[in-house]
Amino acid sequence: MTFKQWFHRLGSPPHVYAFAERLTPWFAWSAALLIAYGAFAGLVLAPPDYQQGEDYRIIYVHAPTAWMSLMVYSTMAVAAAIGLIWRMKIAHAAAASCAPIGASFTLVALVTGSLWGQRMWGTYWEWDPRLTSELILFFLYLGYMGLRSAMDDMQRADRASAVLAVVGIVNVPIIHYSVTWWNSLHQAPSVMQLARPTMPASMLVPLLIMLLGFTLLFAALLLVRLRAEILTRERSASWIREAVSP
Amino acid sequence: MGDAVISTAVNVRPPLSSPLEAARLMLARDIRLALRKRGQIIQPLVFFAIVTTLFPLGISPELSRLRDVAPGVLWVAALLSSLLALEFLFRDDAHDGTLEQHVLSGQSLAWLMFAKTAAHWLLTGLPLAVMAPLAGLSLGVPAASLGGIVFSVALGSIALSLIGAIGAALTLTVKRSGALLSLLTLPLSMPVLIFGARATELAIKGAPYGPPLYLLGALAVLGVTLAPLAAAAAVRISLE
Repeated sequence: MTFKQWFHRLGSPPHVYAFAERLTPWFAWSAALLIAYGAFAGLVLAPPDYQQGEDYRIIYVHAPTAWMSLMVYSTMAVAAAIGLIWRMKIAHAAAASCAPIGASFTLVALVTGSLWGQRMWGTYWEWDPRLTSELILFFLYLGYMGLRSAMDDMQRADRASAVLAVVGIVNVPIIHYSVTWWNSLHQAPSVMQLARPTMPASMLVPLLIMLLGFTLLFAALLLVRLRAEILTRERSASWIREAVSP
Repeated sequence: MGDAVISTAVNVRPPLSSPLEAARLMLARDIRLALRKRGQIIQPLVFFAIVTTLFPLGISPELSRLRDVAPGVLWVAALLSSLLALEFLFRDDAHDGTLEQHVLSGQSLAWLMFAKTAAHWLLTGLPLAVMAPLAGLSLGVPAASLGGIVFSVALGSIALSLIGAIGAALTLTVKRSGALLSLLTLPLSMPVLIFGARATELAIKGAPYGPPLYLLGALAVLGVTLAPLAAAAAVRISLE
């Protein structure tokens, strides 16, 4: 099968539906195993931090979700752009499936960040550049979902929200750097340094495992949502009956 | 698909005027129409004045305290009033079918969007920049800083108009789109708010306010190059 054939098959809903169905358990199980091991290694095996004690362990949830919040947005924007350019329905369905997952990751990152902030800074909310741009990213997700839900016509919702996602991805770096710049003018650099180069392997390896685990979790969730999305969109198609009958 | 049909239809018509000429005509038309309905220009300005009045009432009448928050107050009010003004950008044209004719005209829609946004900025952003010093004075801002305020609001509102045009075009078909429009455009406008408020703050302190102003200019240039394309795509999607 050539690449071109493979790419064309990606445009066919029944094919993608079956493909997603087959792949989901692989992603889901590997995500479950990696997250279980990563959580155990991070929460139990890794040594306490000399400065933050046990508190730093929230990083094993916070950092992966924060990373995923951006990664899901990029995935969504790329899928939306593919949908816009090649008018590919599946790509639009994938972009639409990304949004709630990304918004959830962003919310978890915000909540864990705020809990961590309570321990480190003594306050639940600090206008730290990372937290602030994460909050704006959350609003971008909400805007995307709001625009989709405001439109009754699925095709129009797909294309309009795709334009918004592409506009958003151009803006994400600008927002991030302007918030960083804004913050550096108004307050001293915060005590928290996430990317400490001196992080020992016993702390870093579980973090990387969690990162990989969350990425696979996203893939699994995306495939499940994508199937649901395809079912909704193709509900009048005849192949659906065969696909869902036991 | 739709584009191909349009371009074959265009071939049998008399030659089109150049994109620049079309844009100039569009600009003149939008300004003429707006001047006939002056309420459209005045309402956002009144809104701006009212919002800036709310802050002294809500915070304190002491000018020294107001001066500290003046940049934020001015910019939040400018942001909200530009949001309010977006209502007038496409709504009437979409309502009576004019916008559809623009799409079908065979002219480059991006140029037309650029002209519409330029007219919108001339009619809402520029008056806002003229109005901002008055609001600034009422917030206890020193007279020497007024030039900086005018420049920053004038430059910043270019980017606001352009970002707003994308949002307004995307929500054309949505009924009661006000809340959704703010949800779409406000997060994207944060950099403008940050740099605009910073330039205003520096101007009030009497410090050189060049750097944030240049960044506002950069945002405006980026907006001018990309936003009309996005707005044109969004209008096409909304009308198809």
